[in-house]
Amino acid sequence: MTTLTKPEGAPAPTGPDSFLSVRDLKVQFSTEDGIVKAVDGLSFDVERGKTLGIVGESGSGKSVTNLTILGLHNPVSTTVDGEIVLDGKELVTATEKELEQLRGNKMAMIFQDPLTALSPYYTVGRQLSEPFIKHTGASKKEARDRAVQMLEKVGIPQPKTRFDDYPHQFSGGMRQRAMIAMALMCDPDLLIADEPTTALDVTVQAQILDLLKDLQQEFGSAIIFITHDLGVISTMADDLLVMYAGRAVERGSVKEVLRTPQHPYAWGLLTSMPRLDGDIDEALTPIPGSPPSLLNPPSGCPFHPRCAYTGEAQGTLCTDVRPSLAAGRASACHLSAEQKQTIFIDKIQPRLR
Amino acid sequence: MSDNLTLPAQQGSTGTSTGELLKIEGLKKHFPIHGGFPIKRKVGAVQAVDGIDLSIGVAESVGLVGESGCGKSTAGRLITRLLEPTGGRITYSGKDITHASRRELAPVRSEIQMIFQDPYSSLNPRQTVGTIIKSPMEVNGIEPVGGREKKVRELLELVGLNPEHYNRFPHEFSGGQRQRIGVARALALQPKLIVADEPVSALDVSIQAQVVNLLKQVQEEMGIAFLFIAHDLAVVRHFSQRVAVMYLGKIVEVGDRDSIYGRPRHPYTHALLSAVPEVAMDDETEPRERIRLAGDVPSPIHPPSGCRFRTRCWKAQDKCASEEPPLLQISGNREGHLTACHFPEDPTTEARDKDVVLDPALKALEADAAED
Repeated sequence: MTTLTKPEGAPAPTGPDSFLSVRDLKVQFSTEDGIVKAVDGLSFDVERGKTLGIVGESGSGKSVTNLTILGLHNPVSTTVDGEIVLDGKELVTATEKELEQLRGNKMAMIFQDPLTALSPYYTVGRQLSEPFIKHTGASKKEARDRAVQMLEKVGIPQPKTRFDDYPHQFSGGMRQRAMIAMALMCDPDLLIADEPTTALDVTVQAQILDLLKDLQQEFGSAIIFITHDLGVISTMADDLLVMYAGRAVERGSVKEVLRTPQHPYAWGLLTSMPRLDGDIDEALTPIPGSPPSLLNPPSGCPFHPRCAYTGEAQGTLCTDVRPSLAAGRASACHLSAEQKQTIFIDKIQPRLR
Repeated sequence: MSDNLTLPAQQGSTGTSTGELLKIEGLKKHFPIHGGFPIKRKVGAVQAVDGIDLSIGVAESVGLVGESGCGKSTAGRLITRLLEPTGGRITYSGKDITHASRRELAPVRSEIQMIFQDPYSSLNPRQTVGTIIKSPMEVNGIEPVGGREKKVRELLELVGLNPEHYNRFPHEFSGGQRQRIGVARALALQPKLIVADEPVSALDVSIQAQVVNLLKQVQEEMGIAFLFIAHDLAVVRHFSQRVAVMYLGKIVEVGDRDSIYGRPRHPYTHALLSAVPEVAMDDETEPRERIRLAGDVPSPIHPPSGCRFRTRCWKAQDKCASEEPPLLQISGNREGHLTACHFPEDPTTEARDKDVVLDPALKALEADAAED
């Protein structure tokens, strides 16, 4: 229990092995009610062959970030600031044509709801083959072989006949498998999975998660895995980013963040989550209040209206100054490292076990 | 299907044990499928609920878990009589209400209330919160001491909302607050039983705990029996004293919380528990067993013969296809822990010598990885 916190400000793992690097990303939507700061100064890196998990509540900006990486936002109402570099290529300023060559080829996405993400008009096979033909210039026959091979890999029974089926002829779990097959068709270096198992049942979810893990080992893609489920993230990710109100509030390896969390929001998430082996007689500790509106985010630290430790930091720091997130293992909070450690050991850790 | 309709009401023959509030026996609901042209005929039936037995005691909270399409919501709606049962029997405090008429049901309706999953579609957007919570009292002609409005304010306060918000509309509230309004409405008639159908699954993680705590507080302080329907096993464990596991219209295992979560016997319960992703807090946590089923739940239109889980079960034998396993207390189980299985598993959730992996894709990939 002694070596709980690492010194802050450890050097960030940037350099040649960071494959995707996002720096100070800001995404704003103009709406009728005003400007929504969906993502507000987010930085992170993803290494090749590693999985970065992003957790946060709905509206914390996790999906928007990843749509922006793929360039799938609406260019008319969205302003994007900052830097997204994928393998040396700047994406924020890239033209639609350049992005088109990357999407489905170098980077691919698995969406949450496979029924709405697949087109009902085309057969599954055609939807799988199309990007392959477009990106590699393969013939229809080659594309078909590749698609059948991928369908088999993700565990679709009788892939040869299933190739000509429509999405509605697939069950929910099979559709998600087909989506994974589609994303892997061109052997992408970066795979973004946005809540890929939220719409599925637990037993099917377990199958899909294991499948993704095994496929990653085989293909060596980097994965950004977005979810709101801490249990899912702990089985999937290597590194973890906790997002709140469009910003990253804590960053570190999965073990570090889930076992010795530093940010009050991460404490809240962990203590409010019922567990299979937790103490039943102890009531859950919910985070009071509700997530802030991004039209008019709170001043200072966006979490301060819901935070139980606002008074403990120096003066009025929490309500006035927005805490920054240092590089490496860090949390964006005004509490001092000692304060965090004492609060965690005294109040949080007993609740987790 | 006319041969297995309801038995005639035989009061007293069921032997209502003390403290039993609701009892269902052999409850069935088959939704007909019509087809054909020009005359539509019944061509089949979705066997959503196919003969379940369950009892709920006074002030007891019972959890009903299962995957989507297993019939858990249908079971909840049958108990509240929002759906007409195809067969079986529902006894509410000694009275058979299986096919009771509207008039016969009126006094019972106020005692059985429901909380719905989606707090956005279960509240009328054109009515104020006051009207929404008041309407059950109006419908049932109940005039509480001090007037209905006072009661509504008390209820709002009880569920943690500001009583001043009496005249606001649902859209002015967040998801968690709306669910609180739903809870207040369910409490308006001082019910004895609340059927909560996935009450927290539409809410954000940080908000879920607020509503779970509220429901738990209501259950304990007001002595209301709960049927808590959910797919999240961790939430159900936190809330329920007894848990029933459903698969394809049948209850496969039922027992007290510790038995189901600590000493499960049915292979499906094992598979469900092992599929729950858990945060490992330290390295000393004992590894849990790993079971990965193949495929999805079969269609309830043509459920498998015999044991319904046999098509996805790693222990299935010929007997499972020919003979349906009865829901019994098998040897080694505690009192009240019933399992419907011919070849039950050991009562532990610890890791096995060899993982059970049935999924063909996973099997192939893991075999490849092992070779390298």
